[in-house]
Amino acid sequence: MNTMFERPSRDDIRGLLPTIDVPSLPEDDLPEELTRRQPLRLPALAEPELVRHYTALSRLNYGVDNGLYPLGSCTMKYNPKINDELSSLSAFSSLHPNSCAADAQGILQLLHHLGVLLGRIAGLDEVCLQPAAGAHGEFTGLLLFKRYFERRGDVHRTRILLPDSAHGTNPASASLAGFTTVSVPTTSEGQVDISALRSALDDSVAGIMLTVPNTLGLFERRILEITDAVHAAGALCYFDGANLNAFIGRARPGDMGADVFHFNLHKTLATPHGGGGPGSGPIAVRGDLAPYLPVPRITANDGEYRLAWDAPDSVGSTHSFFGNVGVAIKAYAYLLELGDLGLRDVSDNACLNANYLQALLKAHYILPHLGLCKHEFVLSGRDLGGDVSTLDVAKRLMDYGFHPPTVYFPLIVPEALMIEPTETESRDTLDRFARAMIAIAREAREEPERLRDAPTTAPVRRLDQTRAARDPILRHPLGE
Amino acid sequence: MRFVVNTQADQRRMLEAIGCSSIDDLFADIPEEILGRFRPLGLPGASELEVQRAIRALAARNAEPESIVSFQGGGVYDHHVPSVVRSVTSRSEFATAYTPYQPEISQGTLTAMFEFQSMICELAGMEIANASMYDGATSLAEAALMAARVRPGGRILVSEALFPHWRRVLETYCWAADIDIVDVPISTDGGLDRSALDGEASALIVQTPNAFGVLESLAELGSSLGDTLLIVACNPLALALVEPPGALGADIVVGEGQPLGLPMSFGGPLLGLFATRRELLRQIPGRIVSRTLDTAGNAGFTLAAQTREQHIRRERATSNICTNAALCALAATVFLALHGARGLKELSELNFRKAHYAARRLVEDADVELAFSRPFFNEFTIRIPEAPERLLEGLRARGLALDPPLAIPHPQANADPLLRIAVTERRTKAEIDHLVDSVKELL
Repeated sequence: MNTMFERPSRDDIRGLLPTIDVPSLPEDDLPEELTRRQPLRLPALAEPELVRHYTALSRLNYGVDNGLYPLGSCTMKYNPKINDELSSLSAFSSLHPNSCAADAQGILQLLHHLGVLLGRIAGLDEVCLQPAAGAHGEFTGLLLFKRYFERRGDVHRTRILLPDSAHGTNPASASLAGFTTVSVPTTSEGQVDISALRSALDDSVAGIMLTVPNTLGLFERRILEITDAVHAAGALCYFDGANLNAFIGRARPGDMGADVFHFNLHKTLATPHGGGGPGSGPIAVRGDLAPYLPVPRITANDGEYRLAWDAPDSVGSTHSFFGNVGVAIKAYAYLLELGDLGLRDVSDNACLNANYLQALLKAHYILPHLGLCKHEFVLSGRDLGGDVSTLDVAKRLMDYGFHPPTVYFPLIVPEALMIEPTETESRDTLDRFARAMIAIAREAREEPERLRDAPTTAPVRRLDQTRAARDPILRHPLGE
Repeated sequence: MRFVVNTQADQRRMLEAIGCSSIDDLFADIPEEILGRFRPLGLPGASELEVQRAIRALAARNAEPESIVSFQGGGVYDHHVPSVVRSVTSRSEFATAYTPYQPEISQGTLTAMFEFQSMICELAGMEIANASMYDGATSLAEAALMAARVRPGGRILVSEALFPHWRRVLETYCWAADIDIVDVPISTDGGLDRSALDGEASALIVQTPNAFGVLESLAELGSSLGDTLLIVACNPLALALVEPPGALGADIVVGEGQPLGLPMSFGGPLLGLFATRRELLRQIPGRIVSRTLDTAGNAGFTLAAQTREQHIRRERATSNICTNAALCALAATVFLALHGARGLKELSELNFRKAHYAARRLVEDADVELAFSRPFFNEFTIRIPEAPERLLEGLRARGLALDPPLAIPHPQANADPLLRIAVTERRTKAEIDHLVDSVKELL
């Protein structure tokens, strides 16, 4: 793949910058001892060449606008275009974060109202928009746990329980927040093992992190029993909101026993994923955890919006300013447009599409957990024949023109294929995807080399990950 | 809902295939008790036109952008964002993709990330860089945690002239990780007081330009620290003019990438920069892209060193970061590709010259004093002989926006309050002169 460094560059581009209009005095010169001596070897592309290069790169990418992107737990739904336009209005995009509140009444009102709406969606009391991504929300939420027990003098509560189906960010966030983790097994029905949970609950446990529905795509049918048991043990319940698309508009985490819940605005509320961010991971919390939320907070008084800093119990800040405001604007526009009925359409069609696809595929792949799924489901690529793996299935899907599902996650399903179609896919697309998956299952038995050689139609053939791990090349030599 | 493609007829046929009689049946696994507690938002829904109207009305409640001349800074600045940057990042093949877990159909994102890493290494004078963090503040906090893994010791030395809003994030992360922060005071010239450096630590954090806008001298700092790692927080635009921290012994370089083609957006999304030495690869947080080969022997790019990351290593990962700021990194890549070394130096020089013109005129014509004698880049700090609120309000009434008063006191006891002024290439001579004249009249 050619980088911009291989393109014809020129270092004498004129007209890029304004002519200097102030006198420059030699006594203002940067002292010699600070001046850059190391050469700066950055080539410049003239704008036409630059546009050709990045347009060419973009065509090597596959996004939601190109086709089905059934990446489980990532909710790759269509991103409405109007939201991008509104977020880039100059009154928002040209506003400095240190602006006085009087200059920022519109954006503060928007962020405040978004917080109110998110609180209602979660069925919880207060919202903080600072976290820049889901994992950042997890970390921020667990800091509230930490401060809550610290203020209660309950300093020996240092453990976080995690179902073994949890997203990898959950244990990593728990560690970052200074907790140790304890794994709770999943039953053969794909539910949290409640007796194992009960025996793990003691006064060293600060809380549990749950994903609802779980990463098998199954609703925890005994969720109230779980959260009651955790609360009865004096611990708190964190809900990972990656899978909110399954029940938005129909049910609320606060009604399931959540004390802290994070949203992924880039998933459920349709803001673009950007190739890996920027996202946004606001948290909603129960009232008694609100004193510990990060500062500053946005307060409303008689239609006037302010930043409030006075919060002696706050955990501090987890972002430079107010989080990813540009992303929050898009999510707000989406909520206004959808309204209550639209949000219900989201979960209705997300679950309909997932169950439909599951029904089309269950005779052709191992489905470890039968029955209703929510917005996603997990198949296993085991025993397809021909000695092929889930990775081969994923790569072969590219040849059929689809982005593969999430693979090898959750860890508790061997050779997992985690499929989340989202509500914005049509029956026709799902039918085509199912036909491709079924054809691949047949190929695995009859022509397994087709899978092992895949992809053959992608911009590159299968890339050597081992080589990248053993001998990583992490930067261009730039003429060295 | 207009983003659903299926018709009611489709839905009926799909329900049939599933074996359900209604959509409600799909939710039979959620306990009745939970469904019964549900309360709607009370939002009616709206057409695109109505949403546009509602949000434009909110935008109109902000100050009109043309009515503000910004001298604000502290990591986020009013720089020009070339049109081509947004044009490239708006391409939906970039914008609507996710983390490139499947490299064969993500070569666009991965190639750009590799370019980004190469460019950031070059600017910072470092060997490796990751593919982005959320913002400069969280980059710095993660650098502190990384240093504490590499050099366990439990304390981090931090210059008092670190941006206070970064300091707050650093404190929050360090509280969680049980790492002590030890302040290193500032000399009266605005730079780090090296004589106050005392004893070993996991790392020393220095920012340059610092919260006062002052450029620190890093010469021989790294080599004087022994086993203590040197973490340098920087402004990437300044690195076109000043010797990069990597050439001066820095072990980790972090920064806020907003000056490289990102709008201010009321403080987010931003772009965390993170670069370090190659031997520390296994400890770096975040995504990192490597060149590799495909089965036909052609070059391509893929995520690398993933065994550090949360989805593999879980509670032992180097960070919990998953979604980062990939599209912002793409913006910075395009911005740097457009300017190249020469354009970037010229841009950096413009910022430098205009800030120095503003400082000189304020001293000579508005009778204010620079708070510090050390060199600065595109922002500097002045002393105000009175509480600054009245001055700030007066300036704002004339269309001039400054940062609120600095929350860090001058190292001299009983010194006057401090105001920081940032000047970018967007500020014209007329705007700077207007600032100077206004300060003169108001003081």
